[in-house]
Amino acid sequence: MHSIVQLSVNGDRHQAGVPDHYSLLEALRYVLGLTGSKQGCDKGDCGACTVLLDGIPVLACITPVHEAAGRDVMTVEGLARAGALHPLQEAFERLGAAQCGFCTPGILMSAHALLQTNASPSRAEIKEALSGNLCRCTGYTKILDAIADAAMTLNTPDQTQAAS
Amino acid sequence: MKPGELRPRQRDVAIDPAAFVADGAFNVIGGRHAKVDSHARVSGAAVYTDDMTLPGMLHGKILRSPHAHARIVSIDTSEAEALAGVHAVVIGSDMPVTYCVIPWTRDEYPLCVDRVRYIGDGVAAVAAINEETANRALQLIRVEYEVLEAVLTAERALEPDSPQIHDAGKPGRNGNITKHVHLEFGDVDAALEASDVVIEGEYFFQGTTHTPIEPHCAIGWYDPSGKLTVWSATQVPHYLHRELARVLDIDVARIRVVQPAVGGAFGGKSEPFDLEFCVAALSRKCGRPVKILYTREEVFYAHRGRHPMEMKYRLGGSHDGRIRAVDGKLLLDGGAYASFGLVTAYYSGQLLTAPYTFETYRFDSSRVYTNKPACGPKRGHGSVQPRFAFEVQLDKFAERIGMDPIEIRRRNFIGERTRTINELRITSNGFLQCLDAVESASGWTSKHRRMPFGQGVGIAGSCYISGTNYPIYPNEMPQAAIAIQVERSGRVAVFTGASEIGQGSNSMVAYITAEELGVPLEYIRVHSTDTDMTPVDLGAYSSRETFMVGNACVQAARELSLRIRQAVADTWECTAAQVALAGGWAFDVRDTAKHMPIVEAFNIAEAKLGPLGSVGHYNTPKDVHGEYRGGTIGASPAYSFTAHVAQVSVDVDSGFVTVDNIWVAHDCGRALNPTLVEAQMEGSAYMGFGEALMEENIYKDADHGRAGLHNAPSLLDYRIPTSLDTPELKSLIVESIDPEGPHGAKEAGEGPLHPSIPAIANAIYDAIGIRMDRMPFSPPNVWRALQSTDARANWERRHGSARVDVAAD
Repeated sequence: MHSIVQLSVNGDRHQAGVPDHYSLLEALRYVLGLTGSKQGCDKGDCGACTVLLDGIPVLACITPVHEAAGRDVMTVEGLARAGALHPLQEAFERLGAAQCGFCTPGILMSAHALLQTNASPSRAEIKEALSGNLCRCTGYTKILDAIADAAMTLNTPDQTQAAS
Repeated sequence: MKPGELRPRQRDVAIDPAAFVADGAFNVIGGRHAKVDSHARVSGAAVYTDDMTLPGMLHGKILRSPHAHARIVSIDTSEAEALAGVHAVVIGSDMPVTYCVIPWTRDEYPLCVDRVRYIGDGVAAVAAINEETANRALQLIRVEYEVLEAVLTAERALEPDSPQIHDAGKPGRNGNITKHVHLEFGDVDAALEASDVVIEGEYFFQGTTHTPIEPHCAIGWYDPSGKLTVWSATQVPHYLHRELARVLDIDVARIRVVQPAVGGAFGGKSEPFDLEFCVAALSRKCGRPVKILYTREEVFYAHRGRHPMEMKYRLGGSHDGRIRAVDGKLLLDGGAYASFGLVTAYYSGQLLTAPYTFETYRFDSSRVYTNKPACGPKRGHGSVQPRFAFEVQLDKFAERIGMDPIEIRRRNFIGERTRTINELRITSNGFLQCLDAVESASGWTSKHRRMPFGQGVGIAGSCYISGTNYPIYPNEMPQAAIAIQVERSGRVAVFTGASEIGQGSNSMVAYITAEELGVPLEYIRVHSTDTDMTPVDLGAYSSRETFMVGNACVQAARELSLRIRQAVADTWECTAAQVALAGGWAFDVRDTAKHMPIVEAFNIAEAKLGPLGSVGHYNTPKDVHGEYRGGTIGASPAYSFTAHVAQVSVDVDSGFVTVDNIWVAHDCGRALNPTLVEAQMEGSAYMGFGEALMEENIYKDADHGRAGLHNAPSLLDYRIPTSLDTPELKSLIVESIDPEGPHGAKEAGEGPLHPSIPAIANAIYDAIGIRMDRMPFSPPNVWRALQSTDARANWERRHGSARVDVAAD
């Protein structure tokens, strides 16, 4: 069975026919064509599918698509604005925090949610915020560095406006 | 458009001729540049195989064996084929050709023909309009099995009455042995006899898997013209290309293999897998593109991860710390198929002979079959397990003779420009600098044997190959090649078969090309791993890409640079040697006032010579290996060296080990981009740490469920380190500038993993006086060890009662 679902993703409103059993991740990837969010385990273990639902990080692979209906979904595709990378993305690029890049979209979403509520997180707080996102390439070191770096950039007055 | 209208951005930047002219100065090499494809990877734009959808694409699924060992009596697919929405079904007899990445040990069918050998072995595949229909179709396939005894341990496999998992082939051979290697260098028994001390130990490495976050995925399309295209998350497109042709009996020139972005591999995608043959066969049958994406559970069963090894070592040494004899006996539990196992059996012995001098050496290694998922190469193929055992042996030796464990490693240093006892040729060697770096950064002298009970530090060293001198299938052709094409806008396209799997091979060729041609990095486009347009490369394994593809790239770019400089020199009426290309400019090195934008130089050269392009290649030295059977295995054009110091805290009540810090020093030759080298060092140290403390493949036996069933094929239960578990990792790059590497570079992707595990084991000993000779060092294992010995007394004896800090209790 399919249903018509109202999905608001990165500010775009969609009406989409979606199989009822679909997860939010399947709807994003296979119905809306937003393939930035990744499927690493399909059961909520790895965090590669992390998106923000009304600003809160959720695992899209175990979120039924109907739960997202009418709510604000933000994916990695919504982070950059008008072609300019978000300071988080810029820091990941500059500091080598993305290797294969497969966990990166989910990690960026967790990090973005963290910085929305905690503008100057400690290293321990960053580690805590990322503890649901598995990365197999980096040993996390450069990811932690990049998030701390982005927080500093965002706290610099002239950058805050551009990224908000 | 006139030459010069398209100018590089640097046009208005004042150039510093001295910087360009100075000997050995680099403009790109050695810089901390972003990776050329990182913009796509941080923005969600990078296209991985499962991100692709082709018009009319179907979804495939593979039916897998529920038995660890059984004969297939019959397969009935008629109901599945009749299901609405099913377009094709294939079974083993549709592709009855064995394959293996190693041509000498082809023992695997794309789908089983008459026998299944592990739970998860593929039996049939279907293509349907969607995943749900494909899954329903699998349930309609009737397979009748005759269940056979499952062989679950290497010991059982070697018993005379054990079932034979594979046919022995020749009479007198054991069908349960993939490979047995026995090599001896010098008179080991005499040296042991003459040694002052002999350290004996038995070690166990539990077997672990790669778990890239991206599951394997492939799309096959046999198009109406009769051409097959396979897109796959592979790290060896060339070997896949060859095996597809052979197994499916399709002219290799009619097959195209494309490797899209890959989400991690670590050796887990370095051979053909059943899904790649199945998407091709299904598509050939129904004429539509077919995609198969493994579930996470299937990734665990596809496996090819690190072999469990039982290892016995004897080390004979002298009172002054010299290693006189090393004698190893290793039993490798290989799982159901050969995979790279022939090489693993050799590597388990061959790669132990540096960075220390062995006066004599013997190893005896057997890789046997069991009815479990096949083991293969994981980052540090074959040599991580023996390295763990040996570096702990060395620690025991140092303690026995009362020598500092770093000092004993210095004392046995093999040196540079030398040969190992098994005749591996060592060129550059920065191992001593690695030891110095970790000793100093970790504060070793104030910590070792000086920290309170429950805390300690440990050291270990290692070496690894930068690619292998001999390709997997014998041939005289180059191991690596590059094609460069320059467009008159200044855009430089680099075509490479090197597999970018996140390590940065695309960036590596871009850095080298930009350096040699003097163009800004943003002018470089790298096109990789598409067999229709990129030159053959053997793939991302054995840490070969930087060394081999990098050298090919240097050659191609220099040849092109010379032609361009000659064209400019003709215009300026000077010699090509006087023209330099650097930083977006062509200029006269004697008079830098004489210069032009690089695009103008390209245009002058194109006007004189026609379109600009070049090819380059690299082949390995073929005369540097041992003259004995197996002497070519382990031979590499250069070796990297690593040292780690790990610092741990052990909770003696729970057995919980926390690794607080790992200091990693790695001799990578030259760091073409220090950020990427550090990234490999950190990722390696992390991965070794996870294996040391947390990870373990466990299969049930008949008493605990279904024999051969993976205990925990998920990323929740197979525990890999999170951000909270991972130690603080400190990378210390050592540059030995290899004489044969591209700009002196060697490898960084695998070597830095090796010392993690023994450094942690040795640190645990320093902390609590207990030797953890069996992995993993998980709370139950450490707790049991704490219960069975008087750890505190051992520790106090070792530290000396004067320094005991009772407050630590």
